[in-house]
Amino acid sequence: MAEMWINMGPQHPMTHGLWNLRIKVDGETIVDAEPEIGYLHRGYEKIMEVREFQKNVVLTDRLCYVSSITWSHCYCLACEAVMDLDVPERAKYLRVVTNELQRIASHLMWLAAFGPDLGLLTALLWALRERELFLDLIQLISGARMNQNYPRIGGVRNDAPPDFEKYCRKVIVHFRKKLAEHEMVFEQSKLFQVRTVGVGRISKEAAIDWGVTGPNLRACGAAIDLRKLDPYDAYPQLEFAPAVEHGGDSYARYKVRVEEMKTSCDIILQALKKMPAGPYRVKPPRRCEGEGFRRTEDSRGEALFYVIGDGDDRPYRVKIRSPVFSSIAAAPIMMRGSKVADVVAIMGSIDVCVGEMDK
Amino acid sequence: MAVEGQIIARLKERFGEGTFRSMGIVRDRVVKIAIERKDLFAVCQFLKEQLGMEHITSITAVDWRDRFESVYHLTSWKRNAMVQINARIPHDDPHIDSVVPLWNGANFHEREAYDLMGIVYDGHPNLVRILLPKDFEFFPLRKDFPQEVDRQYVSRRKIGGA
Repeated sequence: MAEMWINMGPQHPMTHGLWNLRIKVDGETIVDAEPEIGYLHRGYEKIMEVREFQKNVVLTDRLCYVSSITWSHCYCLACEAVMDLDVPERAKYLRVVTNELQRIASHLMWLAAFGPDLGLLTALLWALRERELFLDLIQLISGARMNQNYPRIGGVRNDAPPDFEKYCRKVIVHFRKKLAEHEMVFEQSKLFQVRTVGVGRISKEAAIDWGVTGPNLRACGAAIDLRKLDPYDAYPQLEFAPAVEHGGDSYARYKVRVEEMKTSCDIILQALKKMPAGPYRVKPPRRCEGEGFRRTEDSRGEALFYVIGDGDDRPYRVKIRSPVFSSIAAAPIMMRGSKVADVVAIMGSIDVCVGEMDK
Repeated sequence: MAVEGQIIARLKERFGEGTFRSMGIVRDRVVKIAIERKDLFAVCQFLKEQLGMEHITSITAVDWRDRFESVYHLTSWKRNAMVQINARIPHDDPHIDSVVPLWNGANFHEREAYDLMGIVYDGHPNLVRILLPKDFEFFPLRKDFPQEVDRQYVSRRKIGGA
């Protein structure tokens, strides 16, 4: 049969944003694929060059609207590396707690999007219901449900409210029960199994070669987690093991994220218990010179900020390394040989966030 | 010997001191080296094949007004180490070798650096714009590309002309 190119996007429910996946098909089989991105390019790296260091936190929040805190946190870490700034102990723990709350909220948003991709509308309603609890906690500590503007260069914006630990415990006890229900609904569903097991397989070697990181890489059997390998903040003082699966397919990517939510719950409880009293913020210098970078384990993989200061109060150059930008380059590898209907199950499992991909 | 010391020793042994403009340890497990563009591919190949840098974290470019720099962040998951390479490129001839033959992951990153900064990566299989429209004529991250600035964001020092 003759091969032809089909555009899936820019307007397609599969994209979860605005980008275009061109696929080359031979009948129903995918021969090749080519992601076309840039529809949401806002010129972040250029805009950040005219704003002061601290003001950029507001911008980095909006890189990914479902994972704001992890992004602005990474930017603050990079700036602290340039400024050679030490963060108070309490701020480190507060950052860990908010990061993990945000990670759970982000993974639940992913679950809410992945379910309807496969025709499981229940997942959308359930996952968003659970996510609301975590957004409430984030609102309690930062004042906003989304785009929180919470991390600061030199610490965090404000301390945790009284009884924050109590509320966190209550939510996590409830959430653990609900997550067990989620797992039952997904893993006992024949439809879910058929659509995801063995679909979009990628080997560990290929994943590393193409720059895939985060949950997508851990689903290929690599125990690579930057919270362990390149620890930052209070992570070295906490005990946890990164979730690893060996399938390398869409199902393994789902499993890893569910396991990660459980790990995050443990980390939050540990961090709340160990959190020392004291100041939560130091005053950063207004100007700085030099360069530095930090990478963190974002909800979607390895996030890196590379910041250069030239002695002014604004960065000379900022580079944002987005995990999705790299993972999406590997999408053709996962897709070759699959059927057209599998595209949704594969792209959904990668967890695409267009905001950070296009910058 | 700690891993960062090993990397520096191996690099010195293979290429000699003269190849490197500077070498240093940024922090634990992170090494930074600065080289000229002609040595880039050989250094990268050595790092990948001999020192196990199997993952390319990012590629970016910096405009220093009198020169460009292509900055590479390489990671070895096995050794848990990182190398930052700053490769110097003359401003009037922004060409450098592509590292896509070594890491497929470099493909999109080099396209992005070309798109925004106008560095031409020789040997790249598909060096076209990635984020901006195909008919866009400028390279916006260069310092000579002006940017409309809202007054509230201009620092006092800059308004004073200092």
